[in-house]
Amino acid sequence: MGRPVQYNTNVKVAEMPEGYSGEGFMATSFDKIIGLARKNSLWPLPFATSCCGIEFMATMGSNYDLARFGSERMGFTPRQCDVLLVAGTIAKKMAPVLRQVYLQMAEPRWVIAIGACASSGGIFDSYSVLQGIDQVIPVDVYVSGCPPRPEAILEGVMHVQELVHNESLRRRNSDHYKALLESYGIQ
Amino acid sequence: MTNEIVKDRLTERFGDQLTGWEGPYGMLTCTMPAGINMEVLQFLYDDEQLRFRFLTDLTGVHYPDRKGEELCVVYHLHNMIDGIRLRLKTYVPVEKPDVFSVTKLYSAANWMERETYDFFGVNFVGHPDLRRILNVDEMEHFPMRKEFPMEDPTRMDKDDEMFGRGSTVV
Repeated sequence: MGRPVQYNTNVKVAEMPEGYSGEGFMATSFDKIIGLARKNSLWPLPFATSCCGIEFMATMGSNYDLARFGSERMGFTPRQCDVLLVAGTIAKKMAPVLRQVYLQMAEPRWVIAIGACASSGGIFDSYSVLQGIDQVIPVDVYVSGCPPRPEAILEGVMHVQELVHNESLRRRNSDHYKALLESYGIQ
Repeated sequence: MTNEIVKDRLTERFGDQLTGWEGPYGMLTCTMPAGINMEVLQFLYDDEQLRFRFLTDLTGVHYPDRKGEELCVVYHLHNMIDGIRLRLKTYVPVEKPDVFSVTKLYSAANWMERETYDFFGVNFVGHPDLRRILNVDEMEHFPMRKEFPMEDPTRMDKDDEMFGRGSTVV
C-alpha cells in the first residue's frame, strides 16, 4: 500500500502587491513587483573572517535556515550577489580586498555589517584593525552582538528585505546616492 | 656540548667584546656590539664544533628608558646536531638603529628582519628588500615602539572611559 501523499499547507506566501485586478489580469507598478521579487530572492555573499562567520554558518544551517527568506543560494562570487554580509574583524590590510569585492558587485547591492568588529572594530581598538567597515564601503544594516546570535543575523537580513522591498527603482540614480558613493571615492 | 664550551669558544675568539653573560632557564645568553653581529654569527655558523646553523627567531625589543641603547635585536640560534640553543642580543640607539643584516647567512632572516623593521623600525643594513611585511604599506609609524599608542588613532566613536583609560580612571 502506498503512502498517502501529504502536502505541507503551512507555507507563507508573499502577499500580492496593491493593484488593480480583474478577471485574468492584474495591474500594478514596477516598483512594487520588482521590489517584491528582489526582496524574496536576495543572494548573499558571505565575507566571513572570524567568529561571526561561524554564527552565520549556523544561520544558513537547517535550524535557523536563512533559505526560508529566499536566500537559499550563497554566491561565492560578488558578480552574482545582491547582499554582502561582512562577518568578522576586518584588518586594515584586508580593507582594499573588501572594497574590491564591493566594487565587483552589480547594482543594486546592499551591505550588512554583522557583529561589533565589522560595525565598529569591536574590542580590537588597535593599530592594525579597521574601525568599522563603513570607513571603506557604505553599509545598509548593522547587526549588533559579539558575535550576534543567528536570530539577530536573521533580523538583519529581514531589515535589508524591508529596504529592498520599499526602495524606489530610481534610488540608485539619485543625486543623494551618487553623493554617498562619491564620499567613499566610488564612481 | 654544553653552555660552558660554547661560552669558552666565543670568549676565546671575541674576548671582552661579548658581555652580559647569563643563562636563564639553561639557555646561554650574551650581548654583542651591533658592529660585529655578522662576524659572531658567521663564526658560530662556520665553526666545526659549534655548528649553530639554524636561526630559530629574530625579533626586537624596545626599552625606552635605556639611553643610547633603546632598541634591542635578539637572535635565537639552534645547533640541531647537538641540540643546544643560544640567545644573542645587540643594542642600538633609537636615533640611528642600524644593524647588519644576516640574510646572507640565514635565508630565514629575510622575513624576520622585515617583520622587525615593520614593528620596531630597525634598519637592517644590507637587507635585499627591507619593506613592511605585516602592516599596511601606508603606515607611518612603528607600532611596537612604546612611544606609539596601541589604539587606532583614526577611531572616532570610542569613549576612552569605556576602555579603562579615560581621564577619570587613575
